[in-house]
Amino acid sequence: MAEKKQNIFVWFVEIFCKQWIWKGFFVNLVYKKFDKWKAWIYLAPTLVLLAIFTIWPIFNTVKMAFTVYWDPEAPIYEYDENGEIVYDDDTGKLAIDGYGMYKGYSIILDIAGETDFEFGFNNFKEILNYDGFFRIMQNTIILCVATVPISTFLALLIAVCLNAIKPLRRFLQTIFFMPYVTNSIAIGMVFAAMFNIVGVNEHNLDLSKSLGIINNILGVFGVDPVNWINQGSGYWANIAVMIIYIVWNALPFKILILLGGLQSVNKQYYEAAKIDSTPPWRVFTRITVPLLSPMITYVVITGFIGGFKEYTSIVGIFGETMQPPGAEIGTPRLQTMVGYIYDKLGDSEGIASAAAILLFILIFAVTLVNLRVSKKNTHY
Amino acid sequence: MKVELQNLTKIFPSRNKKSGEEVIAVNNFTFTIPDGQLVGLLGPSGCGKSTTLYMISGLQQPTGGKIFFGDEDVTELSPENRGIGLVFQNYALYPHMTVKQNIMFPLQNLKGEDKMTKDQMIERAYEAAKLVQIDELMDRKPSELSGGQQQRVAIARALVKMPRVLLLDEPLSNLDARLRLQTREEIRRIQRETGITTVFVTHDQEEAMSISDIIVVMKLGVVQQIGKPQEVYDDPTNLFVAKFLGTPPINVFDGEVKGGKLYIGESAIIDVPGVDDRKVIVGVRPEGFIPDANGALTCKLNNVEVMGRDVSVVSANSASLNPVVRSIIDADYKINKNAEYVSFSLKAHKVFLFDAETEERIRFEVK
Repeated sequence: MAEKKQNIFVWFVEIFCKQWIWKGFFVNLVYKKFDKWKAWIYLAPTLVLLAIFTIWPIFNTVKMAFTVYWDPEAPIYEYDENGEIVYDDDTGKLAIDGYGMYKGYSIILDIAGETDFEFGFNNFKEILNYDGFFRIMQNTIILCVATVPISTFLALLIAVCLNAIKPLRRFLQTIFFMPYVTNSIAIGMVFAAMFNIVGVNEHNLDLSKSLGIINNILGVFGVDPVNWINQGSGYWANIAVMIIYIVWNALPFKILILLGGLQSVNKQYYEAAKIDSTPPWRVFTRITVPLLSPMITYVVITGFIGGFKEYTSIVGIFGETMQPPGAEIGTPRLQTMVGYIYDKLGDSEGIASAAAILLFILIFAVTLVNLRVSKKNTHY
Repeated sequence: MKVELQNLTKIFPSRNKKSGEEVIAVNNFTFTIPDGQLVGLLGPSGCGKSTTLYMISGLQQPTGGKIFFGDEDVTELSPENRGIGLVFQNYALYPHMTVKQNIMFPLQNLKGEDKMTKDQMIERAYEAAKLVQIDELMDRKPSELSGGQQQRVAIARALVKMPRVLLLDEPLSNLDARLRLQTREEIRRIQRETGITTVFVTHDQEEAMSISDIIVVMKLGVVQQIGKPQEVYDDPTNLFVAKFLGTPPINVFDGEVKGGKLYIGESAIIDVPGVDDRKVIVGVRPEGFIPDANGALTCKLNNVEVMGRDVSVVSANSASLNPVVRSIIDADYKINKNAEYVSFSLKAHKVFLFDAETEERIRFEVK
C-alpha cells in the first residue's frame, strides 16, 4: 500500500529516471566514479546535438509560449457574428473597435525591437478563448480515443493469426508492413479516391458524391452511396473515413511489435494449455494477452501519443484546408491540435508554442494515466 | 491405467531437403507399462526418450506404431482427449497467474458433465496442493517461488484433473543437488499415493534407478534394456547399458578368453567356463574388487580417497580402457597409500564380458 502514498512528484522523478539515458549517465558519472572528463568528452557530440536540436528548442518554446507582444497602437477591428470583418458605413474603411491588443510572440517583431514584450499567460488565454478550440479538442480526442483501441485490437488479432500460419507468413508480414514505409500523403490520396473524390465534377455534384470504390462495394450490398468526404458531406462521415484511414495506417507498426512479442512467448505455455484442452478463445484471453501485456502497453502508449499528434493523415485526405470542399469558413472542420499549431506558426509563434505546451501537458497526463493503468494490468 | 506401446517409431524428416538424412528418433519401441508403475526412460541426450514421452502425451504424432491406454487405442487422439498430465522440463507455469489459478486452470476447461462449480474447483485445487505440500503458497506468483516449489506446482497442475497417465519431462534437471534428492523422494511418494501410472524422462541414471519401478535404457532411438533397476544394473545386456548405469562408472578393460580363463594383460583373472577363446571387453563394477596381495590383477596405485564408510582406490592399468581404474572397497581393508602397486582379486558376479566387436554381453556361469 506504500504505492498509494507516492505523490505525483516522486512518481514523475521515478519515470524520468527510468529512462535509459539518465540511468547510464548517473551510473557512469556518480556511482562508478568513472573518470568524469573522459565521460564528458565521449558524451560531447551527442550532448551538442541534443542541446542544439532538442534542449534549446524546448526552452525556446517555453519562452515563446509565455511571451506576449503588446502593441498599444494596434487597432482592434470589429467582427460580426459570422466572423466577417465589419466596414464602417460612413468611411467605408474597416470598423475599429478600440486600440491596443495582445498578440502572441513573433520572431520578426522581436528582431525589429519596436514593440513591448511581457511575460504572462495571454497566449494560453487566447487559445482557450478561441472559438474553434472546442472543435479542435473534439477532433483530436475523437480521432485518438477511437483509433487506438480499434487498431490495437485488430493488430493483436492479425498478429495472432500471422503467428499461427506457416506458409506465406513472411510474404504476408511484408505486405502488412507496407503501409509503414509508404508516404502517408500518398496513402491519403488513394484513400480519398477510394471514398469519393475522383476529381470533383462541379456540374454534377450529386454524381461525384456517389463515386468511389467504397460506394461501389456498398452498392453491391444494396446500401445507398454515402457522401464520405465530398462537398456537402457530414462531420461524422468525415470522421469515419479518418478513423478507417488512421487505423489502417497504424496497424503495421503494432503488428510488428506484437508479432515480435508473440514469437518470444515460450511455446510450452501453449502445449500446456493444449493438454488441458483449453479452447482457443480462452488461450487468447487467459494466456496470449497477459503474456503480451508489456508489448500491448507499449503499443497503446505510443498509439495515444501518435493519435494526439494526428495531422498528416487529415491533410492526406482533405488537403491543407482540412475540411471537405465548400465547408464553412473559420476553423477548419477537421482541425486538430497539431494542425492548429502549424496554422499559427505563420501568424504568432507565441500562440503556436503555447498550443504545443498544452498538447504536451495533455499527452503527458494521458501517458501517466496509461502507465498507471498498465502497471495494474501488466504481469511480470 | 496400463500403457502399451506397439512398434512405436518416430522419424523426423531432414531439414535440408537436398543432402540431409532423416533422423530416426525412436525406432520400433514395444513395451507395456503395467498399471500404477513408475517408469523411467533413461538415456543420453538424443536417444529419443523425450520424443517417446511426447508421443505418449500426443503432442507429437508417431510415424509408425500404436499407443494404447488400457484397451483404448489413443494413437490418433489429440492430447486434450487422452487424459494425461504433463509436467514440462521448465514447468511452463503461467507467470501471470497465482499458484491457485495455475492449478485451477485445467479444471476451468472441463466441459459437459465434468464441469465444476467454482467451490468444487477450489476444493480440488487445494487437495492437489496438499498432496504436493504447497497449500500455503496458493496466492503467490510463480516468480515468487523457488525451483522446487515451482516443480510441485507443476505436478499439482498436472494431477488436479486426475489424469490417467502422468508424464514428467526431466523433472529434476532444473533443481540443485539437494533439492533433487528431496524432490525425487517426493515424486515417488506422490506417485505411490495417487497410484497413477507415471512415465518420466531423465538422463541421470542415479535418479532413474533410485525411484523407478522399471527403467528403460535407450540409445539412439533404440531400446537397449528394460527391467527393474537392480536387475538392469546387475545384468546389463550390452556394454552401453553397463557403462551408462552406476556411479562411479564401470571399469572397462581389454581382455582375452583363452581355455576358459579370462586374461587381462598377461595374468589370468577368473575362470569363465563356457566361453570360446576370443578377444573380449571386460567390465568390472567398482565394488567388484577385493584387495588381495596374491590377487591376479595388479595396478599402479595413484591415490586412495577416503569416504568414511568406503575407500575409493584410484589406480592405473595398461589394459584399462578408462583413464583410471576406480574401485570402491570396504574401509576395513587397509590399503598402504605409499605402495607403488596394488593387487586385486575380482568378484566373478561383478565381472561382465562383452564381445569386442558387437559389444553384446557374453554370459558365463558364475561358480
